[in-house]
Amino acid sequence: MLTAVLLFFPLAAALLLHFFKGGTARVVAFGAALLEFVLAVVVAVASKSSAATQFAIDQPWIASSGIRFHIGLDGLSLLLVLLTTFLVPLIILASFRHDYKNASAFYALILFMQTGLIGVFVSLDAFLFYFFWEVALIPIYFIAGVWGGERRVQVTFKFFLYTIIGSLFMLAAFVYLYFQTGVNGAERSSDLLAFYNLSLSAAQQSWLFWLIFIAFAVKMPIFPFHTWQPDTYTESPAPATMLLSGIMLKMGIYGTLRWLLPVVPLGVSQWSKLVMILAVIGIIYGAIIAIRQRDLKRLIAYSSFSHVGLMAAGVFSLTQIGLQGAVIQMLAHGVNAVGMFFVADAIERRTGTREISDLGGLTRHTPVLSVTFLVMLLSTVALPLTAGFVGEFLLLAGVYEYNAWLGAAAGLTIIFAAVYLLRMFQRVMLGPDTSLTATFRDLTGAELAVLAPLIVLVFWIGLFPNTFLHISEPSIIQLLDIVKR
Amino acid sequence: MTSIVLLSVLGIANLFLGFLRSNRILLPAALVILLLAFGANVLDWGAAPQSYFNNMLTIDNYSVAFTGIVVLTTLLLLPFSEKYVHDGEANLAEYYSLLLFALVGAIMMVSYDNMLMLFVGIEILSISMYVLAGSDKRNVRSNEAALKYFLMGSFATGILLFGIALVYGATGTFQLTQIGAGVANPANASFMPMLYIGMLLMFIGIGFKVSAAPFHYWTPDVYEGTPTFFTAFMSTVVKTAGFAAFLKLLLFAFSTAQSFWVPTIMAMTVLTLLIGNVGAVAQSSAKRMLAYSSISHAGYLFIGLVALNGKLSENGIFFYSLAYSIATVASFAVLKLVIDQRQREDYDGLNGLAKTNPLLAFVLTVAMLSLAGIPLTGGFFGKFFLFGAAVDKGYIGLVVFAVVMSMVGIYYYLRPVIAMYMRPAADEAATTPIVVSGFQSAVLVILALLTILLGVLPGIASSLL
Repeated sequence: MLTAVLLFFPLAAALLLHFFKGGTARVVAFGAALLEFVLAVVVAVASKSSAATQFAIDQPWIASSGIRFHIGLDGLSLLLVLLTTFLVPLIILASFRHDYKNASAFYALILFMQTGLIGVFVSLDAFLFYFFWEVALIPIYFIAGVWGGERRVQVTFKFFLYTIIGSLFMLAAFVYLYFQTGVNGAERSSDLLAFYNLSLSAAQQSWLFWLIFIAFAVKMPIFPFHTWQPDTYTESPAPATMLLSGIMLKMGIYGTLRWLLPVVPLGVSQWSKLVMILAVIGIIYGAIIAIRQRDLKRLIAYSSFSHVGLMAAGVFSLTQIGLQGAVIQMLAHGVNAVGMFFVADAIERRTGTREISDLGGLTRHTPVLSVTFLVMLLSTVALPLTAGFVGEFLLLAGVYEYNAWLGAAAGLTIIFAAVYLLRMFQRVMLGPDTSLTATFRDLTGAELAVLAPLIVLVFWIGLFPNTFLHISEPSIIQLLDIVKR
Repeated sequence: MTSIVLLSVLGIANLFLGFLRSNRILLPAALVILLLAFGANVLDWGAAPQSYFNNMLTIDNYSVAFTGIVVLTTLLLLPFSEKYVHDGEANLAEYYSLLLFALVGAIMMVSYDNMLMLFVGIEILSISMYVLAGSDKRNVRSNEAALKYFLMGSFATGILLFGIALVYGATGTFQLTQIGAGVANPANASFMPMLYIGMLLMFIGIGFKVSAAPFHYWTPDVYEGTPTFFTAFMSTVVKTAGFAAFLKLLLFAFSTAQSFWVPTIMAMTVLTLLIGNVGAVAQSSAKRMLAYSSISHAGYLFIGLVALNGKLSENGIFFYSLAYSIATVASFAVLKLVIDQRQREDYDGLNGLAKTNPLLAFVLTVAMLSLAGIPLTGGFFGKFFLFGAAVDKGYIGLVVFAVVMSMVGIYYYLRPVIAMYMRPAADEAATTPIVVSGFQSAVLVILALLTILLGVLPGIASSLL
């Protein structure tokens, strides 16, 4: 029951938002998102640490077809639900400074998307998963397309086509698997466990792997499926960028963990090397382009692309340490990316520019901003004691265990990140003032209210990663058991 | 059966209402008639199959279900006929009556058991539609549409009739089930060539009515010229009835000749999908796009015929027709309001609609997403069920092709959405809100809710048959 409440409460709030206008809508949306977070924490406290699914609901969805409304939480889902519910109120709060036209629709879409995101993380039926997968896409398309920057129409169109075409491949694979569950006269079923129990030949798994993988690869994105990402991140309004990078990207990683690795393990072992190489190419490629960027938001977008490559590489290393690293890095990256994009947005709102060359000397006017920015940045660079360190260290250890050369190449991500991020910090925050930055105001209380929880989490994950690793560990061990059997 | 009688009798009665010289009561009257017919139809649900006219017509759950779709579609469409209410010279009563008669034809097409009844049904439907296509008398395009539709349509009907005659020649009967027995009978082997030609001609005839390629050439022109209100009727009711009739024909009469017609229908499917989708991409007029889109949806429905997978096909085609009809009515309804009040049929005419009329924009968006087959809408599950039936039968290649085509579809269905939400109004005139009556708004909301309901809880309509 609790899972259903978690799932549908944001939707109900979104519908309710129709009756509010402007500033009130904003506050109501924030309140609802906060309440949802409290609810998620209650669920987390009530849950036990085990691989078993908890708070499950299993009802027929489409009569007499074996397609069921089956949702539930295990450690892995729980962490992602916590991340989602933690970030959404902050993202809403972060947008308070903007005066978005038609605010009630804007915030309703964000809450609507939250339902889709949580649905993705709790679904235990393939078609339900696909359903929520697309439900999460539709609102973000409108948020980015309606409230975005100048080139939003083309950019979001490309984004929408890419992701929906990618996911159609996944749907095709699910339909095939669904019919496979019924080959021996058994009841057809699209349940996750039914998919796990299929005995598919290596040849079938080989092509099924690509069908499913493309959907996730586009979403993350992994090189060479990433071309929609920098433009979309740049052109979207700040809350949409935060949703995309902070949460939506994790749908791809989570999907790989739950719906790819255990479903087609033979396909995975056949192709994992290639995927690893693609991921490592993405890491280096993204980092090199990031170094060359002049646009603040675009630089962070490429940085995000580079970092997600490492997460993918860790996942496909199929080692416990790599998978756990991916889980913790999902949380860390969610926090870091939202923090970075928020600071970039705060700077852009004050100066009206994102050009790095137009900025400089912010530290003198804004001690608070620069300290918080530095924390987020160092966490992204994976400095010890911060969230990014734990995640990247585990990931690199996993990749190294898989193949030392790939591990070494993936390790470049930390060096490169230090290069482009510190250089950016130097040019934006230090150095002489420019005409645009001379009258710069420091962070307001509301803005600090967004960053403070993020910073707390950066250190929490950095110092006590076991709080979170502990939650997901049983699920990850079970997952690896299924993959390796 | 009650619904056929009701619609025929009350349709004639409605004609006499025209003498009252008060056009205001015509719409309510027609709505009441349709509601009565719908109610009478629902009452037939679940009853034992009942045959009429010497077994020429059978009312069973199949016919009740499809009758339900066509009557419901008309019912939901009717509130958008209001433009003519203010046109003093239009013979409004006649239009409403013709619409009701067309519906009678459609109902006969979904419940026939005898080829003659099929023919009569198609003719009643078609002749009404020929007149309605030209109902905008002073508009040259409307006249052109009517003439084109009539000439091509009567030609197709002739071919259909010829086909029926040949099938009769080969099997010696007009009854569906007896034809089925005749086709299966090895003693008839020497008549097979005649039967095959007859079948082909029938496919051509019905293929024309449902605008399947390569018999689709009339569609864009006729759809464009016909007053939008009747275009909507054409692309929903006519198509649904046509496919229900087609399915019945294949299920009962020709199911044993699959080795012959599966390749034929498959070729039509591929062509229809290709021409419909690629054609729609090239359009700059939203109305013409919808014409091509209706061709492409005929292609998706054809997949259900190719698979001919018993209940899976029947339910799939039923669900698809329902979802498609509702979404199409919604899109034409919005489009009609825009065309009537902004005098523009191209995408740019929709620019900025989200600002002036959020409701219209929302409804059209839901409709477009449904037609594109994106989850959360009924259109997704329509495609899902039909493709599932085909995968089940092993037509993987065909489904892959159809999926690729629906990717193309996403491209052109998003264009109106982009125009409405992401582009500013084209000119000054486009910044004034479009006038929508409260009743129309309510119906639009119902249409959008139905589409979403079918997309969230498809179980309510996915296994009725």
